[in-house]
Amino acid sequence: MTKSRPLPFIYVALAVFFLTIPLYGGDYVLEMLIIAFWFAYLGSCWNIVGGYTGLLSLGHGTFVGIGAYASTLLFAHLGLTPWIGMIAGAVVASMAGALLGYLSFRFKVRGVYFCLITMAATEIVRLVFEHVNWLGSTIGIFIQAVKGAGGAAVYQFGPKWPYYLIIMAMTGGILGISYLIERSKLGYFLKAIKDNEDAARSLGIPAIRYQIIAMAISGFFIALGGTFYAQYRLYIRPDLVMGVHFSVEIVMGPVLGGWGTLLGPILGSLVMTPLGEFTRWLTEIIKTTFHMQGLTGLHMITYGLVLVLVVRFMPNGIVGFYLRRRELKREKESAAG
Amino acid sequence: MLYVQALINGVLLGAIYGLMALGLSLIFGVLRIINFAHGTLMVVGMYSSYWLFTVLGADPYVSLLPAAAFLFLVGFVLQRYILNPIVDAPEEMSFLTTLGLGLIIQNLILMAFGPDVHTIDTAYKLSSLAVGELNIDVAKLLAFGTSLVVTGVFFSFLQWSETGRAIRAASDNREAARLMGIDTKKIYCIAFAIGAATTGAAGACFSTFIPTSQDVGMLFTLTSFVIVIAGGVGTYHGTLIGGFLIGIVEELGAVMLSGSMKQVVSFCLLMVILFFRPQGLFGREGD
Repeated sequence: MTKSRPLPFIYVALAVFFLTIPLYGGDYVLEMLIIAFWFAYLGSCWNIVGGYTGLLSLGHGTFVGIGAYASTLLFAHLGLTPWIGMIAGAVVASMAGALLGYLSFRFKVRGVYFCLITMAATEIVRLVFEHVNWLGSTIGIFIQAVKGAGGAAVYQFGPKWPYYLIIMAMTGGILGISYLIERSKLGYFLKAIKDNEDAARSLGIPAIRYQIIAMAISGFFIALGGTFYAQYRLYIRPDLVMGVHFSVEIVMGPVLGGWGTLLGPILGSLVMTPLGEFTRWLTEIIKTTFHMQGLTGLHMITYGLVLVLVVRFMPNGIVGFYLRRRELKREKESAAG
Repeated sequence: MLYVQALINGVLLGAIYGLMALGLSLIFGVLRIINFAHGTLMVVGMYSSYWLFTVLGADPYVSLLPAAAFLFLVGFVLQRYILNPIVDAPEEMSFLTTLGLGLIIQNLILMAFGPDVHTIDTAYKLSSLAVGELNIDVAKLLAFGTSLVVTGVFFSFLQWSETGRAIRAASDNREAARLMGIDTKKIYCIAFAIGAATTGAAGACFSTFIPTSQDVGMLFTLTSFVIVIAGGVGTYHGTLIGGFLIGIVEELGAVMLSGSMKQVVSFCLLMVILFFRPQGLFGREGD
């Protein structure tokens, strides 16, 4: 165990590095990191359900959307500050998650069927939001900008760095919560349910209750990410914060980094977003140099390739791959010694 | 009268839906693979028709065979080189892979054809038959008839051909089929290829009366799942009936709510069926 001692120092160094980026990074770097950490945050929230509990939800956009729309509508119609509105959104999303979980687990909807339920749910919510004019329909909602010192009171800032610090703090927070879950009774029960639900049940673990709790926690925190996005962009539209395509994007980071691990979702998102940005940049370069049109799909193709290749060659993601190699190395050493 | 009209449209749409979902049903039955690229494969069928129409001026019903043949090839290659290696992995793995494949194919189409929506203007596109107060679109009627013919070919193939028998054997019991000397890996490729080809044929039928667009793949994937699950997983007859059911439900939903809300109705139906009757309307208990 003495070997793993230096690790905390690496974490501290990394934290200091990321926290000081606003001091010397330009707006472009900050923009990319804000989105990367936003997906890291969303992926970590998803991981509580998808990773630890093994319920592959492809509909977590629903909860992000509920968070974004709740705080935005409360601000637009009642003038309530999003700082409070986001809690309201999180509570609603948490209840929605618990309800969806209750219905699914009560009726034993498992595996792929659970996945389909979540996809259907998020598409239903998206289509309804796109059709109700009061909810902004397909045009979306612009959030009224508040300039000056009053902005901070309504979750609005002029420069990018406060948003960066907020999303860093949120990511740190969800990391801490995931750590606590991993080491709590809840975490052990969730793992037992994931490995073998029937066996866990026969040992007296109330599986349904714990799965619902996982859905509620995940829904609560991921909704806060929705409010963050709304306040950062000051604009929301159904297809930006809900629906299957967005929900798949949330899962990309955890799949690449390693779902069910603490750092996997964050690592994966920090690779995935710059990769997407890089292919977009590459697309522009190719377009202007060769005067070519219609290369807009290139970054989505990259996402698709990552999915196919990761499943084939690193089914447990980057973190899982690393852990497996370390295990093999240790086995070899103990065999030699 | 509006509802009778919707009912007729629903039946016409239902036959094509049934054909579209049969491919998914076959792939799921034989391979136990959740094919999230299914709707995208159908979109490939639509674009094949569109491309052959603009380049050669070929009517979608003339180009249906080459389009289906092309998808047969695509399906075979995908299964042989990408899906066969992970066929025994946990189910999440296969559906993440097909999800990725769907994204790749959809965006390759986007790069090749651009984001615009295309329509195929055939001679019969706007003509309709008047029966009393009812109007029946000729394009839909042709698509309905063609779908039934292709469905018939599909069933006869499964029922009477040697390969069809092998496919049914492999879907009943993989191990036993292998012990009987069936090359299951090859059967998987053929099954996936046939699934893709029938879906492509459904796409060719669709292209005569709905606009061809690259981003509808996921919606059609979900609709196909609704149909397969409604009919009961593992029963091809159930899938066919499921197609008619969802076609009628969607058309009635479009009349009662609004045209683009019709999917909401079928997705709600999916949730209700999964909660209360997971074996589907025509499946047996305990399947």
